[in-house]
Amino acid sequence: MRFMYIVTSPRSDVGPTPLLLEAMHKLADREIKAGRMLDNGGLMPVQTGAQVRIREGKLSVIDGPFVEAKEVVGGYAIFELRDKEEAVAMAKEFMQLHLDHMPTWQGTCELRAFAGP
Amino acid sequence: MTAADIHPTILAAWRIEQPRLITGLSRMLRDVPLAEELTQDALVAALEHWPATGIPEKPGAWLMATAKRRALDHLRRARMLARKHEMVARELEAEQQAMPDLDAALDDDIGDELLRLIFTACHPLVSREGRVALALRMICGLTTEEIARAFLVPDATIAQRIVRAKRTLSESGLAYEIPSGEELSERLAAVLEVVYLIFNEGYTAARGEHWLRPQLCQEALRMGRVLTSIAPSEPEAHGLHALMELNASRTAARTDALGEPILMLDQNRALWDQLQIRRGMQALARARGLGGAGGFYALQAAIIACHAQARTAEETDWLRISALYAELAGLVRSPVIELNRAVAVGMAEGPEAALAIVDSLVGEPALKTYHLLGSVRGDLLCKLGRYDEACAAFEAAAKLAGNKREHDLLQRRAAEAAKAAKSS
Repeated sequence: MRFMYIVTSPRSDVGPTPLLLEAMHKLADREIKAGRMLDNGGLMPVQTGAQVRIREGKLSVIDGPFVEAKEVVGGYAIFELRDKEEAVAMAKEFMQLHLDHMPTWQGTCELRAFAGP
Repeated sequence: MTAADIHPTILAAWRIEQPRLITGLSRMLRDVPLAEELTQDALVAALEHWPATGIPEKPGAWLMATAKRRALDHLRRARMLARKHEMVARELEAEQQAMPDLDAALDDDIGDELLRLIFTACHPLVSREGRVALALRMICGLTTEEIARAFLVPDATIAQRIVRAKRTLSESGLAYEIPSGEELSERLAAVLEVVYLIFNEGYTAARGEHWLRPQLCQEALRMGRVLTSIAPSEPEAHGLHALMELNASRTAARTDALGEPILMLDQNRALWDQLQIRRGMQALARARGLGGAGGFYALQAAIIACHAQARTAEETDWLRISALYAELAGLVRSPVIELNRAVAVGMAEGPEAALAIVDSLVGEPALKTYHLLGSVRGDLLCKLGRYDEACAAFEAAAKLAGNKREHDLLQRRAAEAAKAAKSS
């Protein structure tokens, strides 16, 4: 089963600490070598992006930063795993790294199975 | 949460740690079958404890500590049998200090250890079936029951294969090491063969109701990806990886809603998995970059790549495909490859040229029970308007098909040919 992981966190000026970055890098490296992680990427700050919205039948383009947004997407990863249990275990390990290296950090790692077989 | 609810969660946590557990223990004990047993013991311990205590914050560290304790117990017992107690205590103390720190092993890059383990599990001394079972168990962390289910055989059969394979390993006194020089390529070929067998068993499910057993494909793919990361300079590892990714990219398009197979040229290419195609093309480029374009797996991957890159069936570069098949046939003399070459030649030059190749294969003993020979022959005869002969070929092929879906497809084609014969 293929899973998409999306990490969101409250907007903040503080990026991950070097130790957290290193730990995440290590985990990603392990998972690529284990053949489980197919793709991943971090995203640049919201200022570099835009939102194309439809509200009340009207299309509009809003450039970042989106002041009203409380949470922002920071990155994603695509994993090939056996089942949801494995997917959750993986997310827990990833989030535990944040707890270990940056205890004040808050955020969500959402995982969703891809549609299809 | 009840024990039944937490079991899949425990199994998932264990599976993620399993490669590091088994490689860590193998390094410590220099005995792969024993390391495998203790890795399983750690799972049993987790299944006993975690339902009561909850899953620890760092399941990996817990499992590693448990496994390490068991391994030390084992070493102690083995020593006790051989020597006096006080000597043992002294020795163990010294040994523990010299021993690699297994907790640190959690953070280590286990590449070389894993490669050693794979070379051991896939040793040519072990029977092919045994190698397949051992690889799924020791490298993929599948349980005996899971392997049995995947291969549609009773649990006891797999359990026996594993016991026998482990006995072979224990009795042979194999060095637990990465082979070098000439032996390396021979041993690597044995490893790649195991991975390829597992993939094909899942991809063209020879037996049973279903055309595909995706789990086996996934396990093989994962092993292939692992191999390319721990043996990055081996072109054929990349070639096999490419072949598997490219073939697996068509999974969603290969069957219809009822599970009936759809032939490649009739498939909806929008359903082909572009992420996998991209990964497959990258792996193929790596194989070529290492000078391995002419390898057994790389050539097959190159053929599939021609299909993967054609946006429509009509755009397929059949000339290139038949040239690649000719190159492959020069590398391995195999009637099956020759049959595939015939299909490509048929598309590139027309059914007549292809039928000449196919007819030359009819007497091949190796193809006597191979249903695809009749299937290809029937298809070519249809294109030439020889419907009666085509019908007979499809019917004979249907009798040989071991998979129900394929059998039904061939029966259908026989009926279509019979109908065409009547109206022509």
